[in-house]
Amino acid sequence: MIKQKEKALIFEMSRPGRAAYDLPDCDVPETKLEELIPSHLIRQTPAELPEVSELDLMRHYTELSNRNHGIDSGFYPLGSCTMKYNPKINEDVARYPGFAKIHPYQSEETVQGALEVLYNLQTELAEITGMDEVTLQPAAGAQGEWSALMMIRAYHESRGENRTKVIVPDSAHGTNPASAAVAGLDTITIPSDEHGLVDVEELKKAVGPDTAALMLTNPNTLGLFEEHIVEIAKVVHEAGGLLYYDGANANAILGITRPGDMGFDVVHLNLHKTFTGPHGGGGPGAGPVGVKKILAPFLPRPQVVKVGDHFKLNHDIPQSIGRVKAFFGNFGILLRAFVYIRSNGPDGLLKVSQDAVLNANYMMRKLQPYFDLPYDRVCKHEFVLSGRRQKKLGVRTLDIAKRLLDFGFHPPTIYFPLIVEECMMIEPTETESKETLDAFINTMIQIAKEAEESPEIVLEAPHDTVVSRLDEVSAARKPILRYTPNHEASANPSNKETVKA
Amino acid sequence: MSQVKENLIYSKEHEWVQVLDDDTVRIGISDFAQDQLGEIVFLELPEVDSEVEAHTSIGSVESVKAVSDLYCPVSGVVTKVNELLVDSPEVINDDPFGEGWMFEVKLSNLDELKELLSADQYKEFIEGE
Amino acid sequence: MNFRYLPMTEEDQKEMLQFLGISSVDELFADIPDEIKLNRRLQIPEALSEPEAVKYFSRLAKKNVNSDDYIYFLGAGIYDHYIPSTVNHVISRSEFYTAYTPYQPEISQGELQAIFEFQTMICELTGMDAANSSMYDGPTALAEAANLACGVTRKKKVVISKAVHPQSRAILQVNANGQGYDVVEVDIKNGLTDLEALDQAVDQDTAAVIVQYPNFLGSIEDLAAIEKIAHKHKGLFVVSSNPLSLGVLKPPGEFAADIVVGEAQPFGIPMQFGGPSCGYFAVRNKYMRKIPGRIVGQTTDEDGKRGFVLTLQAREQHIRREKATSNICSNQALNALAASVAMTALGKRGVQEVAIQNIQKAHYAKQAINQLEGYEVVFDAPTFNEFVIKAPKPVSEINSALLKRGIVGGYDLGRDYKELSQHILLAVTEARTKEEIDLLVQGLGEI
Repeated sequence: MIKQKEKALIFEMSRPGRAAYDLPDCDVPETKLEELIPSHLIRQTPAELPEVSELDLMRHYTELSNRNHGIDSGFYPLGSCTMKYNPKINEDVARYPGFAKIHPYQSEETVQGALEVLYNLQTELAEITGMDEVTLQPAAGAQGEWSALMMIRAYHESRGENRTKVIVPDSAHGTNPASAAVAGLDTITIPSDEHGLVDVEELKKAVGPDTAALMLTNPNTLGLFEEHIVEIAKVVHEAGGLLYYDGANANAILGITRPGDMGFDVVHLNLHKTFTGPHGGGGPGAGPVGVKKILAPFLPRPQVVKVGDHFKLNHDIPQSIGRVKAFFGNFGILLRAFVYIRSNGPDGLLKVSQDAVLNANYMMRKLQPYFDLPYDRVCKHEFVLSGRRQKKLGVRTLDIAKRLLDFGFHPPTIYFPLIVEECMMIEPTETESKETLDAFINTMIQIAKEAEESPEIVLEAPHDTVVSRLDEVSAARKPILRYTPNHEASANPSNKETVKA
Repeated sequence: MSQVKENLIYSKEHEWVQVLDDDTVRIGISDFAQDQLGEIVFLELPEVDSEVEAHTSIGSVESVKAVSDLYCPVSGVVTKVNELLVDSPEVINDDPFGEGWMFEVKLSNLDELKELLSADQYKEFIEGE
Repeated sequence: MNFRYLPMTEEDQKEMLQFLGISSVDELFADIPDEIKLNRRLQIPEALSEPEAVKYFSRLAKKNVNSDDYIYFLGAGIYDHYIPSTVNHVISRSEFYTAYTPYQPEISQGELQAIFEFQTMICELTGMDAANSSMYDGPTALAEAANLACGVTRKKKVVISKAVHPQSRAILQVNANGQGYDVVEVDIKNGLTDLEALDQAVDQDTAAVIVQYPNFLGSIEDLAAIEKIAHKHKGLFVVSSNPLSLGVLKPPGEFAADIVVGEAQPFGIPMQFGGPSCGYFAVRNKYMRKIPGRIVGQTTDEDGKRGFVLTLQAREQHIRREKATSNICSNQALNALAASVAMTALGKRGVQEVAIQNIQKAHYAKQAINQLEGYEVVFDAPTFNEFVIKAPKPVSEINSALLKRGIVGGYDLGRDYKELSQHILLAVTEARTKEEIDLLVQGLGEI
């Protein structure tokens, strides 16, 4: 095994006098800083930002990128995250000056192209989800959830009803109850039945005059379609509640079925999942929300509307919940998603979901002999396995995940959903070739065999990553959240110079 | 199997209570609780002199993967907190009934002690968990 | 037509179906009740091939007036700044932009280290102890700061200056509605927060006092005076700050701020119609474990080698669920990376130099416009790169005339402040040359 070296921090590479920028000299007559800013508001100690040359900078970040795994590096079957290929044309379009170099406060007539993008995206997402109106403002799925719940609250309040309970199944994303909490609503968790689906009898017991909404992911986080959805919708609606669709798993249903037709009243989408806004190492994303007519009066302000041939901003939404995000949401991500939708068209989007679901079922059945399959039925775009058979051999799901790293694969989502012991949630996506699927399947089979025959190989994994397993306990006990120069360096007089005007 | 120490009384929220004198008790979390949480990384304790009410959340215990509310099993005024835990929360994992004690309370309602579980009752209780 | 992102061939499909023992993909959707199946094509436009898409989107983009062709004096929260070329090259590396949240630290050290460095740079600029890995944007970061303050103080009132960005205040109000606390707005006097009014508004129930530095009107608030009022009744002192200005201005951390938030867009992030940008969130050590969102910490691996992990995760939404105080899952990692590269490129000296050029150029423009007939600089508070002028005509009229001269004019303050109709907020960054400023002045004079 080759011992990898520690990577220096950019601060450790810093040398006084180096620079990686070049500005023209100030070409206006200068006034002394002290005459412009009161002295007690002038910074005395400069911020210790690094001083490096342009080549130092590029080598540093190139080396960092080499220590990072993205979709372009290799297979990334992270369940519920939809790590599909990110088309390059999306990136090109987002960098066109007419999109990247425009200001959100420009007058409407100077940004007709941008407003056209937003308007058409609103319209097309409404068609894809079966909703009547769409807001593009929320910056991410979690913000979409919260915005939607605020609309649901406003809807009930407008009818003079006091409904404060949000029902979620126990397989729900943890974000659902958290979003309810920050919207000032309480959560009721209901158990799943033995098939991994919403237990309709339990739901009937949970609904009542205080029910604000049921939040549901469909297919759910186990990758299973809630086949009783029509009845579920009926139960919730008859109790006076609304139905919320968590669109995290929308990649399974494009062009096949729509939340609106299933009976949902409101839906959020994660454009960075289904619609290929890149994940960016954790963001930025975009979390538009689609609503049925009954919720439209409560949409965030403003909405993009079309009047004749012109696109305008409509601020006149008197019952609006207000503003949830600055300007128009994450325009750059919305734009990438729009390019993706236009590049695929109706037939492309349908094939996306068909291929994603076929890939997942193929992989599930190939792996079934080697791992426990807690829910043995057709899956949608993802499925869950349990590592409990391997756990009995002393190899935990975490170890399997780490062993996958040795083969250049990103592991699946692990230990989620919480209702499956030693859970592995696998989402292959539609953009992976059969060869890649087979390679991953073979690796998983090999690891299952290793767990039986030579578990230490799995337990000691990963073997050739730049670092081995990291001490998360110490990191949380005594957090080091920033670089601090050592004492000699901070005693260096060069650090004490003041800002020069 | 986690240890249950005799001559202490317990709450269903997995705190133990040790009667120090007539109206003062020492409180910590049980071996079972620390085992469930895993390696404890941080502790939020009530302030000395603060008033606490039985069965309300008065702080939290944090491990790498979970945060658990800390419930006070009795009402009264906090008289002492275990400063050692601020820098070394791992002591709770190592010695939950001894060095890992958390805080002391001067009781305002002695009757509340009667509602708590004996060591045997608690043993039975965690076996059912 | 090819589905260029879909590798499954007919042969592949046949093999897979055969293995599954089914004859058609439709059978995999048999669990979806027929009554809710779409059973028609989606009514969206037909697919565009790549060359068609390039043409279509180039044409749309060209409909927008942009800063390659026009001279911008529009700011109000989003600014046209110098972006070092290195930024786009780094963030275009697909190892960064096609990765997700670094759940597997062994193969995500690059992202984790870059974020750790970002956190450090934000701490350096703001003078704070700890920062998170970024937030959606400045305004939502401000709302999260208010949520945090109400959570830790268990008080139900937030006092905010009207000189804070109107959109920040709007977003704060929705958050307050959700979490059930009150927002009290404090008036402006001579372009600054009215300190007397602030003093009257703050009391025992106040969880936080929030001001912006420099404020929305471009003026530099006296944080020393505000801090005294903010802390008088044990509320938290929250400052929203343009981090570029902190190249020259004394950082809020030195005024005992408890939370500092803001918008890192001035560092390497294009305007792109206002988003995505990159919020930042920094606190004193005391509140380190209360920070919303993701945080990266340093640790060691089994061989004692330095490495980085997501840490303090137990307080996050996916574990706390209904007990979480924030529902944030993502961050703006790629934009935090862009900001880090820009901050690195500028470095210790560059950030000062850029900040000083902003001050000097804005000051030059301010003086020149003040001498124009009909125009007046209305506030005498010190400014950074923005200032307010009173105009002789409606702002829309002036901006239309400027647009014909190739200039995108300032922000119409009458939109948010009744008393400031016919007042313009102008932004002059280091990206403006003397020649461009002179064109603006000439243009204003001739309108």
